Amino acid sequence: MMLPTARVIEFWRKTSDSDIYWSFTRSKLVMLSALITLIFFIGAFGAPWLAPHNPFDLASLELSDAFKPPVWEDGGDAKYLLGTDDQGRDLLSTIMYGSRISLMVGFLAVIFAMGVGITLGLVAGYLGGAVDSFIMRVADVQLSFPAILIALLVDGVSRGILGEARHSDFAEAVLVVAIGLSYWVQYARTVRGSVLVEKSKEYVQAARVIGLPGPLIAIRHVLPNVLGPVLVIATINLALAIITEATLSFLGVGLPPTEPSLGTLIRIGNDFLFSGEWWITIFPGAVLAILVLAVNLLGDWLRDALNPKLR
Amino acid sequence: MSKPAETKVTVPMLTVTDLKRVFDVSAPWLNRLLEGKGRSIVRAVDGVNFSINQGETFSLVGESGCGKSTVARLIVGLYEPSDGSINFEGVEIGSSVERAKHPDIQGRMQMIFQDPYASLNPRWRVGDIVAEPLRFRKLLPDNAAVDKRVGELLSQVGLSPLDARKFPHEFSGGQRQRISIARALAGEPEFLVCDEPTSALDVSVQAQILNLMKDLQRKLGLTYLFISHNLAVVYHVSDKVGVMYLGRLVEWADTQTLFDRPLHPYTRMLLDAIPDLDMTGRSRTPVAGEVPSPLNPPPGCSFHPRCPLANERCRRDVPKAIAVEGGAVACHAVEENRLPPWKAQAAA
Repeated sequence: MMLPTARVIEFWRKTSDSDIYWSFTRSKLVMLSALITLIFFIGAFGAPWLAPHNPFDLASLELSDAFKPPVWEDGGDAKYLLGTDDQGRDLLSTIMYGSRISLMVGFLAVIFAMGVGITLGLVAGYLGGAVDSFIMRVADVQLSFPAILIALLVDGVSRGILGEARHSDFAEAVLVVAIGLSYWVQYARTVRGSVLVEKSKEYVQAARVIGLPGPLIAIRHVLPNVLGPVLVIATINLALAIITEATLSFLGVGLPPTEPSLGTLIRIGNDFLFSGEWWITIFPGAVLAILVLAVNLLGDWLRDALNPKLR
Repeated sequence: MSKPAETKVTVPMLTVTDLKRVFDVSAPWLNRLLEGKGRSIVRAVDGVNFSINQGETFSLVGESGCGKSTVARLIVGLYEPSDGSINFEGVEIGSSVERAKHPDIQGRMQMIFQDPYASLNPRWRVGDIVAEPLRFRKLLPDNAAVDKRVGELLSQVGLSPLDARKFPHEFSGGQRQRISIARALAGEPEFLVCDEPTSALDVSVQAQILNLMKDLQRKLGLTYLFISHNLAVVYHVSDKVGVMYLGRLVEWADTQTLFDRPLHPYTRMLLDAIPDLDMTGRSRTPVAGEVPSPLNPPPGCSFHPRCPLANERCRRDVPKAIAVEGGAVACHAVEENRLPPWKAQAAA
């Protein structure tokens, strides 16, 4: 109906007119967080094109380049902006590739947790009764354990099932499942609560009078109306998932050293902290901290911006 | 549009027999065990009988909590009756099993809800909302036909076909109720259950919606079950009126009969509470007392604590409905002929 350019203009007009955009432009902190997040995302997902070296290419590594300090320190090499690690890998490139893995695992884990949580929350809320009680009691029990414990448990079980050798092939998938399974409860509880509210509204009853079967009503009518709060949780959970992945990798149950994520890098660097090679752990640590902070601030802002009571 | 409008065929379309619905509102099992409480059960609808003829409007009136909305929801299948039967053109559709056997009947009845702000999915465009019955029941061959029909439906209820692209929040309460009516009409139903369709609207808008509903009834030969607590509205739209009190139908009659010669003391009390010009300057009899808790209804006639005519028998026995001219009434006082003439107070 509309020309593509007209559509774009229309979209921009609507976006720039919205409350969210307005509240976005109100806070310098939020804009800064968004900028930092954007830069990190570009750096991480553009790593294969932007990074000066490929740290996964073992042939290009020179052990004689190991432990080079950042350029501004004595003995720094212009080739390695942030220095190198114990195997002579360029730290900047490793961090870029590492944050790509961290973000990827974080995103997939959040999507997995959302999928599980929304589905179970929707089923529990819509069906009610014994199904509801069962799902929510499982959720309550799981909530009484720290998330990292669940993730460690899932990781341990998968190692037992897959065997150590095959486990490293599936390390990323196992991490996603482990982190996802430790965070689904929040989604399930939020969605169930909203479903209970929406279910009693008359538009759901109208759909029932039309004769729509239950599952169709739950998906077509109820689901779109309960997703708002879920998006906010997802943003905040992204930061949590990245941290959890880093923690697991730091503890050595996450990704193997050949495919280092930010957490793995921090662990590797940790061994050299006291022998003076501080940069190996400080730079990935700083990147992780700033990234998580920025994403968290964005999530906080989104929660407030979408909450009509705080406007 | 040129259907024979005024020739009403008096065939009962819907017959409700001894309809009952109880709700279990007990505390959870563990609480009951620890606190030594029994189950608590609300008899929301407790043995209701009525029938609605084709092309007629049957209204149910009563105070809040008397079970009139529950009756509406039972008839369209949102609740399942605890007991009793619902018969639609000779087909029993009381239980959900029997109802599921007749999807065509479900398609022939529709409901208009009370709250126009809650009855439209806020995330759907108006066009999709109105088209939902058409799409779900695949009544039309393709999307173009659906769009055309949606445009017709919107025009029929006094909106513009262009409104199909908008979202519900862009409309006022009255307009939303029109959308609701358009959706209800989409599946070409013959029987509409209207659960207080105007009580959330301004008085001026109420009149528009009521007139629209009457026009549509005339044009399309619709049958209405109309739920309301507003007697003036009921007088305006109904052919027959049933008065409900605490889950029971205490009186039903033709509208004119009921408003001219009400028999049941409760009906009289309600009618007395309507302000009108005749009684200017005279103090009205207020509706006395509160509705008792449906959790613990009084024995015998449930109206006896508020009834000026109550005697020993009223406190003991539940009155049976007795046929009177133009309707039926469930009252011992009527049966025993100790009812004062209507408007006796007015004359005095």
